[in-house]
Amino acid sequence: MSVKKFMFVNRKAPYGTIYAWEALEVVLIAAAFEQDVSLCFLDDGVFQLKKGHNTKAIETKAFEKTWGALEDYDITKLYVDAESLAERGLTADDLAVPVEVLSRAEIGKLMEEQDVLLSF
Amino acid sequence: MKFAILVNEGPSTHKASDTAYQFAKAALAKGHEIFRVFFYHDGVNNATRLTTPPQDDRHIVNRWSKLAEEHKLDMVVCVAAAQRRGIVDEGEMKRNGKDATNLAPGFRISGLGQLIEAGIQADRLVVFGD
Repeated sequence: MSVKKFMFVNRKAPYGTIYAWEALEVVLIAAAFEQDVSLCFLDDGVFQLKKGHNTKAIETKAFEKTWGALEDYDITKLYVDAESLAERGLTADDLAVPVEVLSRAEIGKLMEEQDVLLSF
Repeated sequence: MKFAILVNEGPSTHKASDTAYQFAKAALAKGHEIFRVFFYHDGVNNATRLTTPPQDDRHIVNRWSKLAEEHKLDMVVCVAAAQRRGIVDEGEMKRNGKDATNLAPGFRISGLGQLIEAGIQADRLVVFGD
């Protein structure tokens, strides 16, 4: 099977809607199909990566543990928009996984290189 | 061109399914191929035959079914998203011990691999969502 470059663009906060959770399910399947997978976090999507989620009171599965699964699937290309972090008072140190922090222009360039862009 | 279409919203709250339908129809009319239409997130709600919109309104579910029949479209509903939202075919009914099915004609339930395959096979995967 041919390999294409799939980028998953995560733009929404983790628990207010199901998009982030169901996006992660697609990401893992794309990796299982041995595609060239990368993830990009923009806007409120950067909150998905924040350390120390405690979701007990909202009776929802927390995200933090699931990021470990990415490594098991050899997904290592995680890009975060620097401006989105800054706008929310966050830095890379606040995030639960290692990421590459890029400018919007750099992310735009990466998007241009993709074959398939899925935005959630 | 060979298109694949992803529909991420249901028929009622958002315009995404309407727009996807119009896009599909226009692409087919221009002689393009549609490899697959995949329904994900609340998009799976486009596949329940129990939908009953007001009589003077468009019937979004029936419209998809008709388009599929006319053009032999492959319309796939994500199984995990469908289970969460109660979209059930014969197989899912038996597997999960339910007492009814509601999958509309022209749709089939399958896995997310079908979406990734569509992304690989199509020249363009066009996403309709929020």
